[in-house]
Amino acid sequence: MKVSIDAEICQGQGRCFSIAPTIFSFDDLGNGVVIGDGTLTKQNLDSARLAQSNCPEHAIFIEEE
Amino acid sequence: MTDREPVLDFSTDWDHTDPQWVNDPYPIWDDLRERCPVAHTDRYGGGWFPTTHDDVSRIANDTEHFTSHQVVVTKNKFPPGAPPAPMGGAPPITSDPPFHAMARRLLLPAFAPGPVNALEPQIRALCQKHLDGLRGRAEIDAGHEYAQYIPPGVIAQMLGFPPEDEDQFRDFVHVVLDLIDLEPEVRGPLFDPINTYFTEQIEDHLKSPRDDLTTYLLNVEVNGQKLAPEHVRGSMVLILVAGIDTTWSAIGSSIWHLATHREDLERLVREPELMPVAVEEFLRFYAPVTMARLVKEDYEFQGCPMKKDDWVLLGFPAANRDPQAFAKADEFIIDREVNRHAAFGLGIHRCVGSNLARLELRVAIEEFIKRYPRFELDPSKDVTWAPGQVRGPRALPLRVTF
Repeated sequence: MKVSIDAEICQGQGRCFSIAPTIFSFDDLGNGVVIGDGTLTKQNLDSARLAQSNCPEHAIFIEEE
Repeated sequence: MTDREPVLDFSTDWDHTDPQWVNDPYPIWDDLRERCPVAHTDRYGGGWFPTTHDDVSRIANDTEHFTSHQVVVTKNKFPPGAPPAPMGGAPPITSDPPFHAMARRLLLPAFAPGPVNALEPQIRALCQKHLDGLRGRAEIDAGHEYAQYIPPGVIAQMLGFPPEDEDQFRDFVHVVLDLIDLEPEVRGPLFDPINTYFTEQIEDHLKSPRDDLTTYLLNVEVNGQKLAPEHVRGSMVLILVAGIDTTWSAIGSSIWHLATHREDLERLVREPELMPVAVEEFLRFYAPVTMARLVKEDYEFQGCPMKKDDWVLLGFPAANRDPQAFAKADEFIIDREVNRHAAFGLGIHRCVGSNLARLELRVAIEEFIKRYPRFELDPSKDVTWAPGQVRGPRALPLRVTF
């Protein structure tokens, strides 16, 4: 399972890195970025989903295998 | 405020300065959302008011049919001498693509989480200082004596303006955002002191540059060129005006909510770790800001025949109460986990200062409830609400227990 942020859609609303700071961070402009390669474990899938469901721009995508 | 005809039907004659709307807009918006859902008015030269989350989001993201050239609804749609599109008078909020991206990029780093979070101790000290000034009193005005003081101090420092000029900043905000239904010939001259003030600040910063946003904007180069003077000035005005009564309103509305919902106040006092989630619900339920667009060319939207230069007032606060977008949209749920609110706007114009606003709101409430674990509205006095596009309490008389 992998999480990603579509940089074209992200507007830096800042919800993801507040809700799931171990999965998401931010760049110099305040836009959301995924930490590392975005691989999710069973342990952090729920928090990635919670961040996804709070993104006002619908910029977070989770690829489930 | 000027005399105005009272509104009889908001679906065909909406006016966001009508006393009914100012005092309690939510039933009006709920009604419009059910039966319109895009309301119209002939006031202000003609305009539309979408009320569903979906419509607000679609228009906010549609820069092809809608321009941000003017974002505050007034009777003075095209004031003489105002900078033209795509920059507009207060870049980047009044800018359209592609100019917008450049103007926004210049401001984003200063408002990114890193630099903003570093301000927390200072914001906390500012809140404590104002609370210390109220010590010993059982009756306070949390609007005029607390909320309104928090944002100006922070923004003045970022711009490098003297903190003692705070009272003037509030006057500027009043002119730009509150006195919107004045006739153009009355409203125009009110901008003179604002222009003079910014001219003086720019001259002072040119003479003695320092580490602040004003100096940065004066010196920054894009493609080897400094910014046009009206760009520098416009961005400074934007940062000052947008950074003050928006957050002050959010702080005030949150305190108003806690004063009228004891169970939520008790829970926050008991569970301070709930604050970040509660802040998002304060922002959803009491989103202070609506923003306007102008229709670029005649365009039919949701069956509405929008005409070139019609206003469109984007009701982000109305979108936040849309039952299609939120479960139990009309209930304030302090631990709401899924909260995709649009308080800071949607799309390319997302509030540049949102990280700062959130921080100020959280810290201001944390410090307030630490000082006053119990408070309620003072029934002998009236709460007053700001009219227009930024909604929040101005007078907020409370009885407090410390």
